[in-house]
Amino acid sequence: MPEGTGIGASVKRKEDFRFLTGRGTYTDDINRPGQTYAYILRSPHAAADIVKIDTSKAAKAPGVVAILTGADYDKGGLPAGWQIHSKDGSPMIEPPHFPLCKDKVRHVGDQVALVVAETYAQARDAAELIDVTYKETTPVVSVADADKPGQPQVWPEAKNNVCYDWHIGDKAATDAAFAKAAHVTKIDLVNQRLIPNAMEPRAAVGDFDRATGEFTLYTTSQNPHVIRLLMGAFVLQIPESKLRVVAPDVGGGFGSKIFHYAEEALVTWAAGKVERPVKWTAERSESFLTDAHGRDHASHAELAMDKDGKFLGLRVATKANMGAYLSTFAPCVPTYLYATLLAGVYSTPAIYAEVKALFTNTAVVDAYRGAGRPEATYLLERLVEKAARETGIDRVEIRRKNFIPTNAFPYQTPVALQYDSGDYFATLDMALKMADWAGFEKRRADSKAKGKLRGIGISTYIEACGIAPSAVVGSLGARAGLYESGSIRVHPTGSVTVFTGTHSHGQGHETTFAQLVSEGLGIPIENVEVSHGDTNKIPFGMGTYGSRSLAVGGSALVKAMDKIIAKAKRIAAHLMEASVADIEFKDGKFTVVGTDKVKTIGEIALTAYVPHNYPITELEPGLEETAFYDPLNFTYPGGCHICEVEIDPDTGQTTILKFTAVDDIGRVINPMIVEGQVHGGVAQGIGQALLEAAAYDNESGQLLTGSYMDYAMPRADDVPNIAVANHVTLCTHNPLGAKGVGEVGAIGLPPAVINAVLDALRPVGVEDITMPATPYKVWSAMQSASKKAAE
Amino acid sequence: MHNFTYSRPASVADAVKALGAADARPISGGQTLLPTLRARLAEPSALVDLGGIAELKGIKAEAGGITIGAGTTHAEVAASADVKKTIPALAALAAGIGDRQVRNRGTIGGSLANNDPAADYPAAALGLGATIRTNKREIKADDFFKGMFETALGDGEIITAVHFPKPEKAGYAKFRQPASRFCLVGVLVAKTAGGVRVAVTGAGPGVYRSKELEAALGSSFSADAAKKTKVSSSGLNNDLHGSAEYRAALVSAMAAQAVGSAG
Amino acid sequence: MPTVSMTVNGKAVTGEVEGRTLLVHFLRDKLHLTGTHVGCDTAQCGACTVHVNGKAVKSCNMLALQADGAQVTTIEGLAQNGSLHPMQEAFRDNHGLQCGFCTPGMVMAAVALVQDAPGLSEEEIRHGLEGNICRCTGYHNIVKAVKAGAQAMGGK
Repeated sequence: MPEGTGIGASVKRKEDFRFLTGRGTYTDDINRPGQTYAYILRSPHAAADIVKIDTSKAAKAPGVVAILTGADYDKGGLPAGWQIHSKDGSPMIEPPHFPLCKDKVRHVGDQVALVVAETYAQARDAAELIDVTYKETTPVVSVADADKPGQPQVWPEAKNNVCYDWHIGDKAATDAAFAKAAHVTKIDLVNQRLIPNAMEPRAAVGDFDRATGEFTLYTTSQNPHVIRLLMGAFVLQIPESKLRVVAPDVGGGFGSKIFHYAEEALVTWAAGKVERPVKWTAERSESFLTDAHGRDHASHAELAMDKDGKFLGLRVATKANMGAYLSTFAPCVPTYLYATLLAGVYSTPAIYAEVKALFTNTAVVDAYRGAGRPEATYLLERLVEKAARETGIDRVEIRRKNFIPTNAFPYQTPVALQYDSGDYFATLDMALKMADWAGFEKRRADSKAKGKLRGIGISTYIEACGIAPSAVVGSLGARAGLYESGSIRVHPTGSVTVFTGTHSHGQGHETTFAQLVSEGLGIPIENVEVSHGDTNKIPFGMGTYGSRSLAVGGSALVKAMDKIIAKAKRIAAHLMEASVADIEFKDGKFTVVGTDKVKTIGEIALTAYVPHNYPITELEPGLEETAFYDPLNFTYPGGCHICEVEIDPDTGQTTILKFTAVDDIGRVINPMIVEGQVHGGVAQGIGQALLEAAAYDNESGQLLTGSYMDYAMPRADDVPNIAVANHVTLCTHNPLGAKGVGEVGAIGLPPAVINAVLDALRPVGVEDITMPATPYKVWSAMQSASKKAAE
Repeated sequence: MHNFTYSRPASVADAVKALGAADARPISGGQTLLPTLRARLAEPSALVDLGGIAELKGIKAEAGGITIGAGTTHAEVAASADVKKTIPALAALAAGIGDRQVRNRGTIGGSLANNDPAADYPAAALGLGATIRTNKREIKADDFFKGMFETALGDGEIITAVHFPKPEKAGYAKFRQPASRFCLVGVLVAKTAGGVRVAVTGAGPGVYRSKELEAALGSSFSADAAKKTKVSSSGLNNDLHGSAEYRAALVSAMAAQAVGSAG
Repeated sequence: MPTVSMTVNGKAVTGEVEGRTLLVHFLRDKLHLTGTHVGCDTAQCGACTVHVNGKAVKSCNMLALQADGAQVTTIEGLAQNGSLHPMQEAFRDNHGLQCGFCTPGMVMAAVALVQDAPGLSEEEIRHGLEGNICRCTGYHNIVKAVKAGAQAMGGK
């Protein structure tokens, strides 16, 4: 009912009023009585021994409450949530990760001391008086070189800086495929390091109740229950019953706020020590240095084809940067979120991938919008494009020729996943039409007449999201389940509170989930409130990432609604003196089949809480149900992205003229919100393709792009108008048929842009370019090509 | 940032007096200074705000050209009918500095006194052959800029106004550094009674005049002539955002655009 | 400590500040107007945009003392008598916000942009918003919202 407020309607968001009027409550907006402020003194070096820390002068500075260093820290380290085993069966190397460095610093920005003072300015002033003696050592910075012999060691226990050396797929079958290949296409690729840059910097407020011994942490998190679990059980040893974690309004996450960070543990620990609330808010420069970064892969890939261009086998070797420590989900990103996606949308029968995860003296690397899947898609779509050029097969045809046939689902890939549904031909055809692919050569000629180079590029992608079936991920090394919980409380007078373990930090759950429950229970949407982000309110939750909230969290709500309706039917049957089997529920009304007897859900709710006429011996009063939903499989959104660019040869500037996205994301609850998610992902994809890169100095390990002065964020005039369409095939294994949409733009887009840039540059002899294709890089590539042509 | 005392004198004389204190610094719009202080890269003991001095504000036509008070914001210059009429390139340049919010605070005097190597106004002053007026003297733009963040200003010397003579024709074009959006290269070309002047900002360690382009455009004031001029990359900046060679190529490209848009 | 006085959202306010106190911290910490956000320390993201004497400025790049005697409007002062400003309305209608963090600055910048130059084209709006960074929306719906908001404001 697209006109109303139910599933499929573009309902305006319930949360917008508070955000538009400045009434949102973000972590830094929270102030507790008696609050102190923390400043963290950070390492200026990428690698150094801490020889001595002298805090005596700083301790006497005005307003100082406490100064804490690694020597004071007597609790646990930050844990990794996933364990990967190497080819030889040995477990990955898991070095300790204390929130305050004990004897060494391992990246610029590493935590050296915590200064707690009456004001933030005082804490920062005092930190300048701390005298730290470092003995600098040589850092290892680049992931491509980190495992080469003779490199400095980030950790003595990780020989050649290897965290794990893992593989997936059938090596023998893949070798056999290459042995009979008519043509092999090879490519070397870098998927550059990115900094997520949610606009709200991370913040945390720790509070300690002296009366009850209860700790409360307010934090910028995508998953407060996960933080409670990790920090309570592993780091500070506080039982869940004494620890409340609140993630209030959160200003964007994109993955970077999934992880358990040192600062969360530090403010909580310090609040207990000083018995006052402690607040820490990152300055943006700290975010650059210490938020978990994303991507940072160096890969070599080979594609074996028969004489007709049919894919026979794929071989991939990837080095993935972990940074100096293992962040919460870092180990699974380049393995189970990357290598398992290397089949893409193609029916390649044999695939073998090796992934080496390496430590370096850089900030940690973990999941960032797409997480592993953008790296897989970029690799495949660059490789397929190159294969098309080399074999002379049209780049659309080579894709069509190798797509998984629409009648082949469920489709088992050679790299563990089983795709449930999809129609890659349909999304391709829609996108080609919307982008006017057929008319491109004329447009290219028009640009040429103006002295500009025009190109068009395509990417056909798949992702695995709706994370994730617990048993499956458990067998792959996950140390947690990845179900979701949902509770529905129907109040006595008929309004509803929905409690979800997912967390909304821009995704609009307060609206989407209200639509879902409003339609499911026949209750007006204005009477449905969605609550999230507080471990004292929500039974449990695994949070929001991996495009899982609707597919997993929404499914939990459907199950909870089923329970509500089942109980309500029994109450209705009692009230209307009918058998439960004869009760029908539709649009908020319970009827007895074949009669005109009717009770509204409001009447049933009131009866449940005022049980004067009630089947009290068989049924408890109240109308509130909780459900946990553990998905049976991942979900598999896919689609086709097409990008058209124009390049100014004088400056190297690339302008995106048109971007078309046709995605299959399964069931859509709110098309307006879905389109917004695609737009946002697309802009981050454009950022990766054309603008963004985290650069470290290879000698010193200093971050060269440590502010918006040097890290190029997409702005309004960097992004084109975006044409978005959907072609829906439903997910077959969750009750909503939903697949997920949060990451599609960031996954599908970058190769479409780069393929377009290379299409534009091919006439001037450029064959390869690395991301981001900045004007400088494009210009330089053109210069090299023309020099080469002149030789 | 470190703490400091703050004063807001109402006259240039009082400002000069306040600046006599040790480690005192003037602040005008503060759009560059405040981020510097927030990063704790400077530690003045006192900030003397020039924003309350009425005599530093305003734009007036003078001797066929334009005189702009040092405390005039970029937005005011960009919107000025006088500037648009007399030197449209100057109004366009001001309209492209930073972003809208920055243009509402940043001032011409502050920008020139700071002499950031990637700022726009130094190119305007040098390219248009402006005269910088201070509380002590008049300084020709050719003598004012002394390299990165250095100027001819002495202690206790405050820019009061800048006089721009009217050129026959002038144009400005810049290529923005993709992150900061400061000038990776900005070029101001001016055809004046005394010949063609070409000032380049962003490319080198400070604003400079390009002799190669001045010669080329002196014989043919055309976009084509600019584009064909090979600019030497010697001494130009080389960083993450562009090599010296790239910057040199952009100098020609921006000069061509500037000539194309000159009015 | 020095004292600063200004009019914020129509109300006269006075407070003690340090020389170094930024306008945004005065608004957030002393006046508890937490709608104005801090997203960076280099004056680029624009989340802290407010109006000072009718002009959009970055309140993280201005000292509180520099606003002495000024008329300041923050996001909290934009809606009048409980009804949203047409630009706020337009952001909601066009889904011009997601996480909401950049939104107050974006809306304040958009209102000033339209007041200064009504009837802007899409390209001019995109250029006009270069002082504000949004990481969620891809700007597509923000541009749509500003266009719609401009129309609703009718050049006011």
